[in-house]
Amino acid sequence: MRHSSNHFNNRLFMITGLSIALIIAVFISPFASKDPDGLDRVAQDLAFESKAHSDPLAHKLPFFAVFEEYAVRGVPEAIATPLAGLAGTIVTFGLAMGLGKLATRRLSMTDRRSSAHQHDESNWE
Amino acid sequence: MILDCYKFIDCSLSQPTMMLFQPFSINPIGQPIVAMHIPDGFLNVPVMLIAWILSIALIALSLKKVEADYQDRAVPLMGVCAAFIFAAQMINFPIPGGTSGHLMGGTLAGVLLGPWAGSLVMSIVFMVQALIFQDGGIVALGANILNMGLVGTFGGYYLFRTIRNFVDRLQFSRQSPRQSPRQSGHQFKSLIIGTAIASWFSVVFASALVALELALSGTVPLSVGLTAMVGWHMMIGLGEALVTVSTVTFIWRSRPDLFYTSSHKKAQTLSRSVSR
Repeated sequence: MRHSSNHFNNRLFMITGLSIALIIAVFISPFASKDPDGLDRVAQDLAFESKAHSDPLAHKLPFFAVFEEYAVRGVPEAIATPLAGLAGTIVTFGLAMGLGKLATRRLSMTDRRSSAHQHDESNWE
Repeated sequence: MILDCYKFIDCSLSQPTMMLFQPFSINPIGQPIVAMHIPDGFLNVPVMLIAWILSIALIALSLKKVEADYQDRAVPLMGVCAAFIFAAQMINFPIPGGTSGHLMGGTLAGVLLGPWAGSLVMSIVFMVQALIFQDGGIVALGANILNMGLVGTFGGYYLFRTIRNFVDRLQFSRQSPRQSPRQSGHQFKSLIIGTAIASWFSVVFASALVALELALSGTVPLSVGLTAMVGWHMMIGLGEALVTVSTVTFIWRSRPDLFYTSSHKKAQTLSRSVSR
């Protein structure tokens, strides 16, 4: 009983959190300031911006054919950034969840450490 | 102001009309270039190598720690944190003076997830940014993970914890003996003060580290680079503190149980509840 309600809470948190992130990445990103940020500005002002490789390693990856920085190629400009935001957020979420699941996987019950957490769902063990 | 900028713009840029309307150079289709992501070319090989070694060592350690200590209920928070930080890093907010800033997120990840899972989360964010969106160089990725991720998840977290414990102790010593701190041993006030200060500091320190790396690479002299980077990032750090505090507050009010507690703290809490 306790396990399933905790499970529900975690699910809810996950969906809420991911939704907020997606809303930010998709709907707010087009309104982001286009001024250069800290390092860009310093690189311009102090004239070392030109040192950046014009054809860096990243341009040789297959993703470069799809994304030009945070904009999807070949779509109307209005949705280029939101689409990129959508893709990036989902990929990042998936990778983090995947790594997290892999890293916290317990091979057997005896591997589980007894935790002093009051809210720990392993109370049901 | 526009004329000043023309002085420094690289002459090989070939979009004069573009430059007229957008004097700060950004890429041809007008997307903001987010940073403090260092592109390939700013740092020399030895500096990048050292950064890679440090980053890989800390990531490997973080992986071991997560495997040993973290419960699977931390996984949703890892996913959400990674997604949120990625998304928030896209949102540049304007800073007076024609510059912009955006959330770095290292301290946020550290406060919510602790330094170990937090570091894994930040590493994933920067990897995705560099590999898929060409944001920050790939060879420079080690340096970017170190500066923007690990400084926050380690330095930011431990500074946060130190301040929080200090404020709690001050608070506790003022209270009457009958009142006791919250079950978890911490107050909201100390959480916020610690978060605000640590997140601001982590941004400023990261910018100083970048200036150091640039100087060691011979890209720009240290004093010049330091003044410029730290100058801007003292302001950008305020934005970081604001966003981090807001996010931490939101999660504290909805799911305080999700916050990371170190095993030391867990043992303390256990002994406290047993002795009652």
